Amino acid sequence: MSEGKDNNLPEKEPQTRTIAIGTIARVEGEGALRITVKDGEVRDVELRIFEPPRYFEAFLVGRHYAEVPDIVARICGICPVAYQMSAVHALEQAFGVQVSGPLRELRRLLYCAEWIESHALHVYMLHAPDFLGYPSGIEMAKDHRDAVTRGLKLKKAGNRLLTLLGGRSVHPVSVKVGGFSRVPTRHELQGLTDELLWARDAAVETVRWVAGFEKPAFRQDYTVAALAPEGEYPFNEGPIKSNHGLHIDAPHFEKHFVERQVAYSTALQSTLEGESYLAGPMARLQLNAARLSPLAKLAWEETGVGLPILNPFNAIVARSVEILFAFEEALRVIREYEPPREASVPVVPRAGVGMACTEAPRGLLYHRYAVDKDGIIQEAKIVPPTSQNQRRIENDLRAFVPQVLNLSTKEAALACERIIRCYDPCISCATHFLRLDISEASE
Amino acid sequence: MTEQVRREAIRVIGVGNAWRGDDAVGLLAARRLRDQLDSSIEVMEAEGDGLALLDLMEGANHVLLIDAIKGGGRPGTCVRLDVSTECRWGPVVPSSTHAMGIAESIELARALDRLPKQVVVYGVEIESVESGAPLSPAVCDGLDLVVEMVMKDIERTGCTNCI
Repeated sequence: MSEGKDNNLPEKEPQTRTIAIGTIARVEGEGALRITVKDGEVRDVELRIFEPPRYFEAFLVGRHYAEVPDIVARICGICPVAYQMSAVHALEQAFGVQVSGPLRELRRLLYCAEWIESHALHVYMLHAPDFLGYPSGIEMAKDHRDAVTRGLKLKKAGNRLLTLLGGRSVHPVSVKVGGFSRVPTRHELQGLTDELLWARDAAVETVRWVAGFEKPAFRQDYTVAALAPEGEYPFNEGPIKSNHGLHIDAPHFEKHFVERQVAYSTALQSTLEGESYLAGPMARLQLNAARLSPLAKLAWEETGVGLPILNPFNAIVARSVEILFAFEEALRVIREYEPPREASVPVVPRAGVGMACTEAPRGLLYHRYAVDKDGIIQEAKIVPPTSQNQRRIENDLRAFVPQVLNLSTKEAALACERIIRCYDPCISCATHFLRLDISEASE
Repeated sequence: MTEQVRREAIRVIGVGNAWRGDDAVGLLAARRLRDQLDSSIEVMEAEGDGLALLDLMEGANHVLLIDAIKGGGRPGTCVRLDVSTECRWGPVVPSSTHAMGIAESIELARALDRLPKQVVVYGVEIESVESGAPLSPAVCDGLDLVVEMVMKDIERTGCTNCI
């Protein structure tokens, strides 16, 4: 939704113009944007996040470590697995616990499910309408029924995988420090194979579909940061790398990545060595393209986008390549799966600090926990991907706005929204009720 | 009317969030209706992902949806909206993925030609969505009222094509 003044100001006079988006549509949560232009120059860009602060870090303090996966899952209804994964890996680091073999594989499988759900929703329902000229996925569905049906089926395949592993399709309940409360049988997992094979092929079509979209001409020289392990595309492990030489493990995250407060937003903004940076599918792909699964690698090469990705509008391509990767990886894990003897490894709490970074659908998700000898949380810190990308989005807009100054304020605001949606920002979770104008009442 | 035909014909779906005060009213109505209705009528509850509603409606001829609404009316007021043939909530442009509520899901189903023959929405005007709060007193009355409305609609007709 957009609002703003019309662009009918006299020319040549020194002028101040404000492009305001009251509520940014098709992003997760509540956000708004304010850009001020004076004499043709961009003065201020403020991405305002006015979700109320959520205090998760504060109310984790005093809770038993075993409660953490279920509490942090509630931070997000779109990427609960990411919060659970960063939490359990950080706590396992604090306790000196290693989770390997089939349990490690199942965690990758769980993450595949979440990427599929989250990415398919964004690509088809939230982002594609921008490229095909529709105000919403619903309007787009009227003309592109087959494509939207395919997108919904892809998402559903992710839901089914997540439901099998996590007990339900949102806020899974099976994840625990040390492993899972229950692991699937081979038979259960193999029951999904046919659907996943269909979905893998549909994901190839998805990559081709979005690669064919016309992208606005826009280039930025990005600093990108992502996990980049040896030998696999990243989910849960690996050093954090950047395209400018950063190579650290999670315990050093806070030395290089710093969060700061800005007055106009309830979310913190994160910087890498003092500068904005990009996290998420474009960053991951740039640092890990060589470790894509075979079909995903082929499909990515076919798109001709190439590396480095300089146009943020190609994020939809990167996201689609990751959908394909996730289906291939899921099929690999299921094919090779040998159920573990136990659903989790023993965990003995000890006093200490643990940190971990995993790859949420939208990018790096860092957790740090200080724990006492009984496993009670003393301190918690969570750095989500959207706070990392927030400053980068502002910088994109700063560079992009001059291109749209000749448009009406309304059109310019819509163009800015499209930049923001490239990042798939996940601002928060909200309650759920119907907004409508009532035209008929029984009482 | 055999039980089998009715089972295929009518489906009641209560929508809401059990932990957000009055937003639970659709779920609570569904639970009460499950106790009161003939077991051949399917009663479902939908929390969270709005898109899931598309699948929950699949295969039913008549869907009766109960949800919390914010329409500016007095809390507890109930409205009945037959949306089978036309969009009746103004332009539907979702502003958030989580807020992909029933209006968006129904319009998406319509666009994809997946809308059941008849879809009736029963809305209960709500007051507060405070986390962990019980239903506010006015919405408790609304709960009684909406359950009565749905029961009457089903009982009045006793058939599947004229709810």
